[in-house]
Amino acid sequence: MQRFAALYAALDAERGTEAKLAALTAYLGDATIAEEDRAWALWLLMGQRLKRLVAPTLLRRWIGEFCALPAALVEESYAQVGDLAETLALLAVAHREPPPATALPALSAVVAELQGLAGAGETVQRAALFHWWRHWPGPALFLLGKLLTGALRVGVSAGLAARALARLAALPTETLQHRLMGEWRPGAGVLSQLLAAERGARASPAQPYPFYLASPLEEGPDGLGDPADWQLEWKWDGIRGQLIRREGQTFLWSRGEELLNGRFPEIEAAAAALPDGTVLDGEILAWAGAGPLPFARLQTRIQRRAPGRRALAEAPVRFLAYDLLEHAGEDWRERPLQARRAQLEQLGWPHCSERLAVRDWAEAAALREQARARGVEGLMLKQHQSPYRAGRRRGAWWKWKLAPMTVDAVLVYAQAGHGRRSTLYTDYTLALWEGEQLVPVAKAYSGLTDEELAELDRWIRRHTLEKFGPVRRVAPAQVFEIAFEGLQASPRHKAGLALRFPRIARWRRDKPAAEADRLETLRQGLAGAVTAASAAVASPSAAGAGASGGSASSESSSALDSE
Amino acid sequence: MNDCIVPTEQGLYCPAGDFHIDPWRPVPRAVITHAHADHARSGHGHYWCSREGLALTRARIGYGAGITALDWGKPLRFGAAEVSLHPAGHVLGSAQVRVAVDGEVWVVSGDYKRDPDPTCTPFEVVPCDTFITEATFGLPVYRWPDTRDTAREILDWWRECKAQGQTAVLFCYALGKAQRLLAELAALRDESGGPATTETVYLHGAMTPLVKIYREAGIAMLPTEPVGNQPRFFDWRGRLLLAPPGASGTPWMKRFAPYRTGFASGWMAVRGSRRRAAYDRGFVLSDHADWPSLLRTIRETGARRLLPTHGNTEALVLWAREQGLEARPLKTEYEGEQGSASPVEAVEERDSPADGRGGAG
Repeated sequence: MQRFAALYAALDAERGTEAKLAALTAYLGDATIAEEDRAWALWLLMGQRLKRLVAPTLLRRWIGEFCALPAALVEESYAQVGDLAETLALLAVAHREPPPATALPALSAVVAELQGLAGAGETVQRAALFHWWRHWPGPALFLLGKLLTGALRVGVSAGLAARALARLAALPTETLQHRLMGEWRPGAGVLSQLLAAERGARASPAQPYPFYLASPLEEGPDGLGDPADWQLEWKWDGIRGQLIRREGQTFLWSRGEELLNGRFPEIEAAAAALPDGTVLDGEILAWAGAGPLPFARLQTRIQRRAPGRRALAEAPVRFLAYDLLEHAGEDWRERPLQARRAQLEQLGWPHCSERLAVRDWAEAAALREQARARGVEGLMLKQHQSPYRAGRRRGAWWKWKLAPMTVDAVLVYAQAGHGRRSTLYTDYTLALWEGEQLVPVAKAYSGLTDEELAELDRWIRRHTLEKFGPVRRVAPAQVFEIAFEGLQASPRHKAGLALRFPRIARWRRDKPAAEADRLETLRQGLAGAVTAASAAVASPSAAGAGASGGSASSESSSALDSE
Repeated sequence: MNDCIVPTEQGLYCPAGDFHIDPWRPVPRAVITHAHADHARSGHGHYWCSREGLALTRARIGYGAGITALDWGKPLRFGAAEVSLHPAGHVLGSAQVRVAVDGEVWVVSGDYKRDPDPTCTPFEVVPCDTFITEATFGLPVYRWPDTRDTAREILDWWRECKAQGQTAVLFCYALGKAQRLLAELAALRDESGGPATTETVYLHGAMTPLVKIYREAGIAMLPTEPVGNQPRFFDWRGRLLLAPPGASGTPWMKRFAPYRTGFASGWMAVRGSRRRAAYDRGFVLSDHADWPSLLRTIRETGARRLLPTHGNTEALVLWAREQGLEARPLKTEYEGEQGSASPVEAVEERDSPADGRGGAG
């Protein structure tokens, strides 16, 4: 635990990637630390978390009891610090007793002890925590709290971890990236397996390939050369997935490396017909007729394991394939997209993402304008000759998304942020007018500069009307332009609708609150979007058909755009 | 009975004595606790401050107004009120104001701390009925490490920078914190008992006149030189520089590259503040009372009534009520310690910080 705490402190203190990489490489290569501890450290630093052992509310209650502090003071402290693990550590150290003579246990021993606590009753859990709080130093307590409450998040991405391992193993980073994919659990020998020069069979038939991610196309496609060199597809608004059929088994992975088996039985059923040794890259979408259903419909399926008949009927899901990564057990990622795509179409998979034919970029632009009406996010541009790379690499795969919709909303509630933004009021609830009332429509966490955040924080503190725990209601005076990707009906929200990916585009200091937008505007937009989407479903959508109507720019966007 | 001290538009006011304490708008009679900008403002008719704080107050408000210097504990009559100043241990000359009217005693703490500080007279407990306390760090998560340990950490960091051929730029408040750091560094000993360092430290222009006032008050500090007096191609690598937080990220910094930055403040006790402030290192050092000191001080005054002001007043009110004291927050415009301020914050304590508790440190 001491060594791990020291590594964590080093990673936390260093801001440069190179320095983080050096610290991580040194730790992972340090043979004086047990291999299992290093494997656990790697797994945890990459953001994996232990199954939740103790409810945060219990932790807050117990630290209050441990420090003899009233609950309200624990809450005030937590609101100020913004991180439960750190709050626990900061509060506990005041009551620390001289540590026992023995050193802190090793990381893997701590993990084992925590896992042993999972089934234990509250009395045992509380006693264990009190022991740690009484004897451990602050930095170790902070990490312990992190293990109990969530992920570590200290800037160690999968890419950085792969680079560190690649340095130690003297292997290409992409090889290690692949080895780190999917589900692996720390244990004896795991690290040496990751670092082994040669690995015959893959660790498991379930192991996915790293996803190739497209980069946003900011400037438009004119600099991309001849459109004939590019494959165009819609940019679908679903869940990016990888469908694996190997050794008679099916595995469906999300881009977040979550195994989705059991949630989409219709996809798994279809995959049974795929030949062994096939891996597809594609999009999971709820679909009806000729077009996708809004993301909100897919959402009803995401968390549902073994969905019932009704769920299956209301949001039927399909896997729209757009790439072939493995064929007949062979890794095809180095072959050009054109060849992969041709082979994909030979496979007989029922749903492939259509290729859109355009003669020039103007036609592509016209197609993109139809995106909102079709329920998609824009266009994907992929070079015919491109191999399937790992991670986000600029140059050969671009996403050309529609410009977001915007609306001007009033700040009504603020809450302190977390992590880097703890102690600052940075989480905002924004509202639109309905009659004389402001109705919340979105929460936004980002989009302002650090200077603006600090300024707004000061303003919030001086214009608080009411406090509810960590939330402050503020005077309705500040107007923000909110950008968002789409609208969906939502009975759960007071406004009856929800914005997709809302973020702050601009602080409208020029605008008085009374001139912010009305909720009605969004409701019309929602109606418009729904009409447009059903229209798109009704129209035939074949590869060529897209080129026809560039004028059908979505009604919702023009109605909502405040500019 | 009537309140002895009440908040008004101009600041804290004593009706029985017809004077204000640390007023923020112009008034005829101003009793000043200490020379930080949010407490000592120019434009008042006449000033009273501690003798120890006279030079700093004068430097702050200029020569336009009269100042009467008071010795510690020596009472002075304002109408029906008896007023005396008592050391607060915050910065050189910082005072608490004791006001007695008809046998009822009120104390306005101003900013204060209980940790040892070689640059000012230590805090004196003044028994009272009503205690108006600052609450900048009024939450149990704030407790300061030993100042010597922090000073040692800073020295180690300076040496690390030197070993790597970098300039060590340490940001801190120009009045109080800078001088305390210079004194603490000078007081560090090596294994043989000699001074751990006697090296010259370089000062941002905003600090030089203030350091001079401390030297004239007889405070022992490391030798200093103004940055501006150095030749054009001076080799800055391995040197320690002190600068106010506002200088961070300005073109002034360019000449010191390659450099590392640090920030010495109580806010650095919390990781989120450290990360947001975007300095390479955060050192926990404050001239305000931490949570244990606040509680201890409240107990020691024996006050029955507590009126916390500026900072995390609510937590203190909560705690005090649990102890059976009468307590409510008092709204003032003092700023406490400038927070984990963003680099654009003013060169000195001008406006409140990112944390909204900003101002003088």
